[in-house]
Amino acid sequence: MSQQYIAAIDQGTTSSRCILFDQDGRIVSVDQREHRQIFPKPGWVEHDALEIWTNVEAVVQKSLEKSDITPDQISAIGITNQRETTLLWDKETGEPVYNAIVWQDTRTDEIARELAGDEGQDRFRPKCGLPLATYFSGPKIRWLLDNVEGVRERADRGELLFGTMDTWLIWKLTGKHVTDVTNASRTMLMNLETLAWDDEILAAMDIPASLLPEIRSSSEIYGESTGYLAGTPVAGALGDQHAALFGQTCFDPGDVKGTYGTGTFLVMNTGTEPIKSENGLLTTLGYKIGDAPAVYALEGSIAVTGSLVQWLRDSLGLISSAPEIETLARTVDDNGGCYIVPAFSGLFAPHWRSDARGVIAGLTGYVNKGHIARAVLEASAWQTREVVDAMNADSQIDLTTLKVDGGMTADNLLMQILSDVLDAEVVRPMVAETTCLGAAYAAGLAVGYWPDIETLRANWHKAAEWNPKMDSSAREREYHNWNKAVERTLGWVEHENA
Amino acid sequence: MPGRIQSIERAAAILRLLASGARGLSLAEISRSLELPKGTALGILRTLQHVGFVEQDPESSRYRLGGGMLSLGTRYLDGNELRTRALNWADTLASRSGESVRIGTLHKHQVLVVHHVFRPDASHQTLDVGTLLPLHATALGKVLMAFDPLAAPEEVAAVEIDSPVELTAFTRHTVTSMADLEAGLDEIREQGWGWEVEELVDGEVSIAAPIRDRRGVTVGAIGVRGAVERLRDEAGKPDMEQVSYVRDAARAVSRDLGVTPY
Repeated sequence: MSQQYIAAIDQGTTSSRCILFDQDGRIVSVDQREHRQIFPKPGWVEHDALEIWTNVEAVVQKSLEKSDITPDQISAIGITNQRETTLLWDKETGEPVYNAIVWQDTRTDEIARELAGDEGQDRFRPKCGLPLATYFSGPKIRWLLDNVEGVRERADRGELLFGTMDTWLIWKLTGKHVTDVTNASRTMLMNLETLAWDDEILAAMDIPASLLPEIRSSSEIYGESTGYLAGTPVAGALGDQHAALFGQTCFDPGDVKGTYGTGTFLVMNTGTEPIKSENGLLTTLGYKIGDAPAVYALEGSIAVTGSLVQWLRDSLGLISSAPEIETLARTVDDNGGCYIVPAFSGLFAPHWRSDARGVIAGLTGYVNKGHIARAVLEASAWQTREVVDAMNADSQIDLTTLKVDGGMTADNLLMQILSDVLDAEVVRPMVAETTCLGAAYAAGLAVGYWPDIETLRANWHKAAEWNPKMDSSAREREYHNWNKAVERTLGWVEHENA
Repeated sequence: MPGRIQSIERAAAILRLLASGARGLSLAEISRSLELPKGTALGILRTLQHVGFVEQDPESSRYRLGGGMLSLGTRYLDGNELRTRALNWADTLASRSGESVRIGTLHKHQVLVVHHVFRPDASHQTLDVGTLLPLHATALGKVLMAFDPLAAPEEVAAVEIDSPVELTAFTRHTVTSMADLEAGLDEIREQGWGWEVEELVDGEVSIAAPIRDRRGVTVGAIGVRGAVERLRDEAGKPDMEQVSYVRDAARAVSRDLGVTPY
């Protein structure tokens, strides 16, 4: 038999990609296409779902052709996707009733506030793990029902289907209307305990259950593909951050992965029971493999990490390319007493203070641009420390290793600082495309391409590792100073309530 | 000795002025700042524009430094930039070859390791980014010596205070004669890649190929290092499959630095 591969489709916010993996989890071929970002009004972001589907079809075919691989050599298809982005379409014609409303879109601000009412934004949190915020799909469905002509009536007649991008692609590929638990956990509509749509929340949001896909595990055969890969099982689906957790083989409670891009997403595996966060984190699904019990996770996101480096480049002009931050930061041995807290639009996890704004603290005549560059890198590390502390407190498990991926992991100084402030080992795996790898793993497990998760662990290799070099008194002192700087950001915006 | 040329001094002053401001400057601003008649300033600006050192924004008519000026000073490629561009390709090389990968650049007549990917096995390894390696006893260094004029042996010899050049022996296999080294470099130039057997560490082989930027200038080298049993075949030649992985990776990184595909 000829060599077999797994195809992972990554339907992301700016582009769609297809990566083919071999049995050792190595990248064999990649193709990628960007799609349009549609901005009808300030704060609104939409995607054309049909354009995305066309792109996905194209990248799948191209990725095979690039490496002379034929459709019969693909054992299974896995999908990972931008989370929460919401689409409604006609069940007969497949025609979307409106563009997909992207997770960043803030048009549901008003709806979220109304739903919160007197009970506050945590009204549904005990059941779904999430606060009422503009990101999540439930309020976006409600907006479509209320604002697009005829949609409410057609939904009530049972003519329409809802899906996040995983569901849309699986439906286009196989005709099955399903989603996986991780994507479902970002709608606000799924009960974390039962892993079923929650009638009470649906009633409160006034969303008809007939719209919703069937909730399935992250790794099972959803159906057979039609089209170019006709007959190939579509067998895995995970939201992007969950896929990265899985691709990083964070299979044990306490395992944490951090994806460092413009922002940073930290996710901790917390085992088979959901943990209600007391420390400002989100409770979410990690993954669910077939009939095995679901694995839960805590998630903490940091809004500004890589984008602070971009700010130094584009707004201050201190560097001409992002990697130069490391060169500049290495011109000095420490931060010279300078701390930067990039609360550009408030502080998120674990503080949740929208009245905060950024500060550069501790300035003296001694501070030069090297110190500022260092403070920029340290800001990413201390923000990580805050989220990790919250994770440790919620889960009662102390982090020992942080598995990192994303573009910023090329910055060796940042990785060393991370290890220093966390007092933990920081490890970068060999395949940086962990999101796609996670989707491939889920699909490959379902069809027996890989026998079990132990095999996947054996595929995981360190590309690099950093160990703490900072002594504990210095760490304490620096954390103390960072916290002082954080305090100075609070209450800057006076008319808003936190 | 002839005297200084005033118009070159004025041209230099204009370039310095343009380099200091983020936005472009108008003719009036330039002539005012440097107390030059407008006509003189315009003549100099047009000349600089002609040689590509100055550009004029078509909409605002303001002047700024041109692309020709920018590429003059950028022979030096930031090592951190190189690592960022090479990250995925270096991972792929480690994964395909099964060996550890290093990327080196020339630094004060040594090889500076700017990136290191562990060998994909369970063994304990330590990151050696920032380490300096000898030019003459590593594949990375030999490749730099062969393709980077600033790393060439005569250049090194001219700068070393204790010249003639001392080729330190690290093992009994290290090439210590300049003639042998030169012959080896000719071979590397011929074949486009280099290797070394047990010249730095007993029992270890390294293989490397040059990384070139968009002007074809060699800015670094990428290679693998591993046990002699794995990287050398029975005939005493390098494992050509490994060589092809190294060359693929070097080409891929070069492509990402903007070199025209081979």
